[in-house]
Formats: sequence, C-alpha cells, structure tokens
Amino acid sequence: MEKTQKTINGSLNSTEVIEDITSSEIVTGVADQERFQSLTNELRCMVCQNQTIAESNAGLAVDLKKQVAKQINEGKTDDQILNFMEERYGEFVLYNPPVSFENSLLWLTPFVVLIIAVLILISALKRQNKSND
Amino acid sequence: MKTIKIWLPILLLLSLTVLFVFGLQNDPKKIPSVLIGKKAPEFNLSILQTSDTNIKKKLNSDSLTGQVWLLNVFASWCITCQIEHKHLMKIAEVNPNLKLIGLAYKDDPSATKLWLEKHGNPYSNVVIDQDGITGINWGVYAVPETFIIDEKGFIVYKNIGAIDENFYTRETKPLLLKTNGKNSKND
Repeated sequence: MEKTQKTINGSLNSTEVIEDITSSEIVTGVADQERFQSLTNELRCMVCQNQTIAESNAGLAVDLKKQVAKQINEGKTDDQILNFMEERYGEFVLYNPPVSFENSLLWLTPFVVLIIAVLILISALKRQNKSND
Repeated sequence: MKTIKIWLPILLLLSLTVLFVFGLQNDPKKIPSVLIGKKAPEFNLSILQTSDTNIKKKLNSDSLTGQVWLLNVFASWCITCQIEHKHLMKIAEVNPNLKLIGLAYKDDPSATKLWLEKHGNPYSNVVIDQDGITGINWGVYAVPETFIIDEKGFIVYKNIGAIDENFYTRETKPLLLKTNGKNSKND
C-alpha cells in the first residue's frame, strides 16, 4: 500500500506530519479551521489523559482529529460533533463537561465541607473566649 | 459526650483513609464505557480470510443478533493481546459454539493473519477494521478490549485491557445460562 505524507494545512502545527490523510479529512477555510482548533482543544485524548487531541499525536488522537475534520466538512455542527464523541467515549472525553447533578456534587462538596469546618471553628473559638472570660 | 467529641475526628480521618486507599486502587486509565446498556454499534466489515474461514466476504453485526456473542478488539502490534490470547483460546475450546468475533483494530490484514497463525486462532470470525472507524464507534481506546453483547444486541459488559482466566466463568457463562434457559422455556 502506498503511503502518502501530507500536512494538514493550518489544522495542525506545520511541523506535524500525518500519514494517510484523505481530502475529506483536511479542513480548509479560515472559519472551519478555527472550529477545528476549538473542537480538538475541547476533546480529551483517551490514551494520554492530560492532553487534548489537538496536542497529541497518539494514534487514536490522530484518528479523532480526522473524524472532527471529516464531520466539519460534512457540515455537522459543533454540538453534533461533540455529541458524537460523548456518545462513544463518555463525558470524560469532554474538557468542558455539562453541568449535571453528579458533577455539581463533585464541585460543591469541598466548599460545603469548608463552610462546615469554618462554622465549627467559629463556635469553638467563641466557646473558648467565653471560658477565658 | 466528651469521648465522642475526641473520637469523632479520628473516626472521620480513618474513614477518609479507607476511602482513599480504595480510591487509589482504581485505575484512572479504565474509563467505564457509556455504551453499556446501549445497542451495539452496527458494523459491516470484511472478514479476514484464513485457512478455516468460510467463503463469506463480509460480516454484518446484525447477523449476530439472537445470541450472546463476544467482540474482542485486538491487533498484532498489541503486546497485551498476547497475554490474554491463551484465555481466548481456552474460551473457544470450552465453548466452541460461542460466537467470538475478533476485531483486528488498525492492523495490516497480512500481519493479523501471520499473528494468528503463530499464536492460534480462537475466533469464529475476524473482521478487519484497518482505519479504526468501527473502533471509534465502539468507543475503543485501549486495545485489547472485550465486549459482551446479549441476544437482543445490547452491550452488557466491557473489559478494558487483557481478560483474566476467570473472565468466561465470571462474566460470560452466567449470561449464556440465563439466555439459554429463557430460550428453552420459550420452546
């Protein structure tokens, strides 16, 4: 099989070379390239968990970038593309997961604990002051 | 009352410690699949031609509905796949009627073929997913992965990484017994 090497114009750093890109996987036009940038920066690389797929050259990240490019060229909206990814890889793939009950629990619990701790501290200090008087 | 006050922080600390100790056992690389409980994504892929395959050229996932089947995602370049391979061979030996489909993920078909000739072929059929699109549809990110699909075509279980020797008895057999029991009742 013949392997062609092409750089994705504007959609990747110019130094990055990717093999086997078909024309449907190249994003052209400034607006679409901007969308490609923002979408690939919102998607987590599943195999290199603290990187976005835009930053990663892992096999799967490259495949998902191709998928994003292809779907942009097919005229899909940003929401449709992110949904496509979420349906397959779960909320974990999104760097900006939607606000949900479970997620708010995760974010708010530390603050609730902090407030309780401060309240306990205040009441303890008050009691200490009283006993000192 | 006083003793409770003294013990309360200690108890809290202990329970947190237990929570953390268990929490740390979780492998952050293993992300539960969102596809569990959902319909298995359809595929229609070319069958890898080996010496013992029939002449059929393509396998449509729809044709598997009506029975419990396994999808094992593997590749010849995947080192962990070699570790689990003996367990797959065993499953095929213990239950030759079980549909065990291999998805050759992002692999050169001739390399897959060589690999199977070298290590043995436990699969009823191997389908070729050279561009990894079917892998994406199944949410595959760490080869090997093994899916169990029930007789209605829903994904009931996903194993990320190598399966262990108890995978069949623990995850597959109970479902097979349940399904077969139901079917024989209907007969």
